[in-house]
Amino acid sequence: MIARGFYTLFYKELLRFSKVAWQTLLAPVITALLYLLVFAHVLEGKVKIFYQIDYTVFLIPGLMMMSVIQNAFANSSSSIIQSKVTGNLVFILLTPLSHLEFFSAFVLASVVRGLAVALGIYLVALFFVTVPVFNLGFIFIFAILASATLGALGVIAGIWAEKFDQLAAFGNFIIMPLSFLSGVFYSVHSLPPFWHGLSQFNPFFYMIDGFRFGFFGVSDFSPWISLAATGSFFIALTIITLVMLAKGYKLRN
Amino acid sequence: MKPAISINGIQKNFAGVQALSGIDLEIQQGEFFGLLGPNGAGKSTLINIIAGLARADAGSVTVLGHDVVTDYRHSRRNLGVVPQELVFDPFFTVREVLKIQAGYFGLGRENDPWIEELLGALMLTDKAEANMRTLSGGMKRRVLVAQALAHQPKVVVLDEPTAGVDVELRKSLWEFIKRLHKKGHTIVLTTHYLEEAEALCDRIAILNHGEIIALDTKDGLLRRGIGNSMTVSITTADPVIVPDQLKKNIKLQNHDYLVLQLNRQQDSVVQVLDLLRDHGADILELQTEAADLEDVFVELTRNSNSHNKNSSNTTASDLTK
Repeated sequence: MIARGFYTLFYKELLRFSKVAWQTLLAPVITALLYLLVFAHVLEGKVKIFYQIDYTVFLIPGLMMMSVIQNAFANSSSSIIQSKVTGNLVFILLTPLSHLEFFSAFVLASVVRGLAVALGIYLVALFFVTVPVFNLGFIFIFAILASATLGALGVIAGIWAEKFDQLAAFGNFIIMPLSFLSGVFYSVHSLPPFWHGLSQFNPFFYMIDGFRFGFFGVSDFSPWISLAATGSFFIALTIITLVMLAKGYKLRN
Repeated sequence: MKPAISINGIQKNFAGVQALSGIDLEIQQGEFFGLLGPNGAGKSTLINIIAGLARADAGSVTVLGHDVVTDYRHSRRNLGVVPQELVFDPFFTVREVLKIQAGYFGLGRENDPWIEELLGALMLTDKAEANMRTLSGGMKRRVLVAQALAHQPKVVVLDEPTAGVDVELRKSLWEFIKRLHKKGHTIVLTTHYLEEAEALCDRIAILNHGEIIALDTKDGLLRRGIGNSMTVSITTADPVIVPDQLKKNIKLQNHDYLVLQLNRQQDSVVQVLDLLRDHGADILELQTEAADLEDVFVELTRNSNSHNKNSSNTTASDLTK
């Protein structure tokens, strides 16, 4: 019974984003492709990336992870805020689903969307360049962990926000800058010392760096450090979300 | 037998304003219970606490013996709530909505016959594959009722289920709710339509300013206070001279038409008519009408409001001493 309740919410979330796949899956792939075309054309040969690889190839894992981050966040946060604003969240709150089931269903759906978008970008990128795969395990671990982390952050933002513009502010002022400044388009070693140091406080940097290691076998930091940093961030957000859900913060008041 | 709903000392404040002040109430299994009160009386707050959508500041609620906070899984399994607002999920069809709702409660394909039965009973079969966005307000209201029942709860709470719906739909919903009650479901109904409560409910609580100001059977409520009153309308051939003994009972006097307010316990209609005839009245038509729930409701809430006003005046004057 417990498993079926959780599975239903997970399935409902999958069904929700698949019904608007043009917006939730295809659009992010097209956006990433545009980034690839523009940045690769403009910056090829002009950015020092410290790896013996082409800039276009270097760019692809970063774009994949940036899309994972943004779409995983958008999935859970937009679903919750829409349900809150339209009032239909009540149909979930009236059920016997536990806080953990609620959290897990939203986060797992975010993971699926994040992975689907990343796979889409990878497949499209193969038309332009050959992207090596050094360690598939690291690629999957970082993709899953990053999308789960952003799915959890999306749950927090969705619960916290009372209006769509508050959620947009969360995305525009936190998610977007942190993802752009995390080394998607460059290696942090090419940054001045101050910005290089500051990047180490950006959790998204570790997601991208570890993910990139899975493709190239080289990264700015050890992949194990990146794994520990990303894992810690996920655990911290999981605890915060579960406490919010258990207290009924902004949901059961 | 455990009560369907047991409410013990529930208190709730919103930003310093007391919405519920120590509500105690027990609703037995199989009852058709009415929860009445003016806007802002605290009805929806109480229902939200029963449903786990809001947390009480003090007190406890159980549904079929299961605490709604500490044992919420069992309490919610037994409870179906029709929310007051017309809310819907715009992504899904009617059938998807109902199957998903049942799935949250752990029910799968084995529940499909019940979903089909619900669709049929609420006249939604033709709209089963329609997206929720395309439905009329009345249809959406029916889906709300179906969603609350998708998991076959033993206790059903309907928070103003017929608000804003046309007469035909209201009557069909009444019939459906009555059928549910006959099948053994406990029904708790809040409504603004007092005729609805009068027609359906066995027992009624009237809530005002977060307090229960009356709790009785429907007949009990009608018998008490203003419920003892009766209106007698008399049409005469000529203007009537009302004897002194009846002047206090005059509610309306207009040429050849007289309306008197009598007490069923103390006054006799026959004696009143005799008195009028003795004073020359030629009675052409007579109509008597017992007080209805609306009279009781208006009287009780008015008394409660004036009591609250007096209490606050006393407190204010006490403070100035």
